[in-house]
Amino acid sequence: MTARIKSIAFNTFREAVRDRVLYNLIVFALLMVASSVLFGQISIGIERLILVNLGLTAISVFGIVIAIFIGIGLVSKEIEKRTLYTVLARPVRRWEFIVGKFFGLTGTLVVNAFFMAVGFFLALLVVVHRFETRDGWLLVALYFIVLQFVIITAVTLFFSTFSSPLLSAVFTLAIVVIGTFAEDLRAFAAMMHGVPRWIAMAAAHVVPNFASLNVISTVAHGNGVAGSLIGLNTLYAVLYAGAAIAGAIIIFERRNLK
Amino acid sequence: MSAIETFALEKTYSVGFWRKRPKCALRPLTLTVEEGEIFGYLGPNGAGKTTTLKLLMGLIFPTTGSAKILGMALDDPRMKAQVGFQPEQPYFYDYLTAHELLHYYAQISGIPAGDRKRRVESVLQRVGLGDVSPKLQLRKFSKGMSQRVGIAQAIIHDPKLVFLDEPMSGLDPMGRREVRDLIQSLKDEGKTIFFSTHILADAEALCDRVAVLDKGELRGVGVVADLTSKVQGKFEVVWQGGSALRALFDLGAECYMTGDIGRAVVREVILNAAIDELRRNGAQIISINPVRATLEDYFVERLTAEVQEVAQ
Repeated sequence: MTARIKSIAFNTFREAVRDRVLYNLIVFALLMVASSVLFGQISIGIERLILVNLGLTAISVFGIVIAIFIGIGLVSKEIEKRTLYTVLARPVRRWEFIVGKFFGLTGTLVVNAFFMAVGFFLALLVVVHRFETRDGWLLVALYFIVLQFVIITAVTLFFSTFSSPLLSAVFTLAIVVIGTFAEDLRAFAAMMHGVPRWIAMAAAHVVPNFASLNVISTVAHGNGVAGSLIGLNTLYAVLYAGAAIAGAIIIFERRNLK
Repeated sequence: MSAIETFALEKTYSVGFWRKRPKCALRPLTLTVEEGEIFGYLGPNGAGKTTTLKLLMGLIFPTTGSAKILGMALDDPRMKAQVGFQPEQPYFYDYLTAHELLHYYAQISGIPAGDRKRRVESVLQRVGLGDVSPKLQLRKFSKGMSQRVGIAQAIIHDPKLVFLDEPMSGLDPMGRREVRDLIQSLKDEGKTIFFSTHILADAEALCDRVAVLDKGELRGVGVVADLTSKVQGKFEVVWQGGSALRALFDLGAECYMTGDIGRAVVREVILNAAIDELRRNGAQIISINPVRATLEDYFVERLTAEVQEVAQ
């Protein structure tokens, strides 16, 4: 079982690595990091603040774009091109395929994030000349960005099991945008009454809360992140991604591959 | 034990966006394929051949009915480890090379790591791709080469039963001949082969038994040797010279001349009269042979038959 999941995950990773469009995105992201150096240099006195904000946001945005771009075709493209037929005709269970795909794309995003983070820290070194202890919190912000990738990958995979790539992209993007403003949506729901309050509250809790996973501004100002938040965010991401993957498996187990 | 058994296996889809209506892709199919035989699954395009294969491979789920492969349920991974499948017009991960693809399939089929390289090389050799560069990606493969890769991946794990959906499609005459030989060699190794095709010559050359399917309905199952040994009560007469064409035509024979050589298909009851006419007109008789039924005759007869006859 583990060997099959590993094989599928590795093949997903290999597909992403050999996809030229992915390289374009990475180059674009690295350019973004480089441009943040430029912005940092023209922002006298707040170079670090600007660089951290722009750099980490670039890593986050491009990671999300890559997650959606690759994720939307993870299952639907395999069905459309019929590459899935020869996989599922083997002793591979459908849930193993979904889990393998999830780990493959998550692995791809972690590797991408790693390379973009290396670029980001190099840019930081160029601008501020030396690292400080508080820069360690940047790693926490990066970790939270990776947790966002994990959730988005699972959500994209969920949509990919039953809708077309275009619709999957639209749905996931909507979830990401709403999730980014989840705290605002909750505050909005609290101000309402009756049925609309419950609907808004339900929507605010169903979409992933990316607001609590975004500590870029906090670490950019050199502030720390509470250990409890790290633990809770990790648990939240695991549970949310797990639920989305479970949903994807339930749908995919019943799907006719016409 | 039978290799494949289906029990009233049926598939109906719902079609239409607003007003859903049922569309039957496969009517209740009861069929048995014995171990060690090459079984041809024949039918025109849209007959339900691919639907049957998808049902057996667990890619779609039956509306009603059930099936067993090698005595096991369709979702049993132990069964799938012993089955190979080549889909129609196979399309593979085109960013991989043939070697990488086969390694991947070998991995998920549970072949031990130490054995994979040897298996991949051997199977590529077997399907005629032994000389292909290990660096050539599948996106650069021709249709015929992809078809061979399709067969290679179906047999990489040395399965007991191989399903091939239109395996000769896209192959040139030499390629078709090689694939036919390969299928025959798989049978010689004791494997069961179930293949769908609408090329009757391939089926006639290879199959022990065939089933004919049309519009999702099984129209008949027969042993190829029996079907093609049936004498149809007609004889083909070949002769040289003479001027008997008109006389034979008047007797009701289907006849024509090609240069000096004449051919006629005559019913048994007028055979002697036809021979007399040929002699009278100075023709030299070269051969007289009974006309035997072809698989095509059976196929056409089954497709046009009103009454469904299901034999096992």
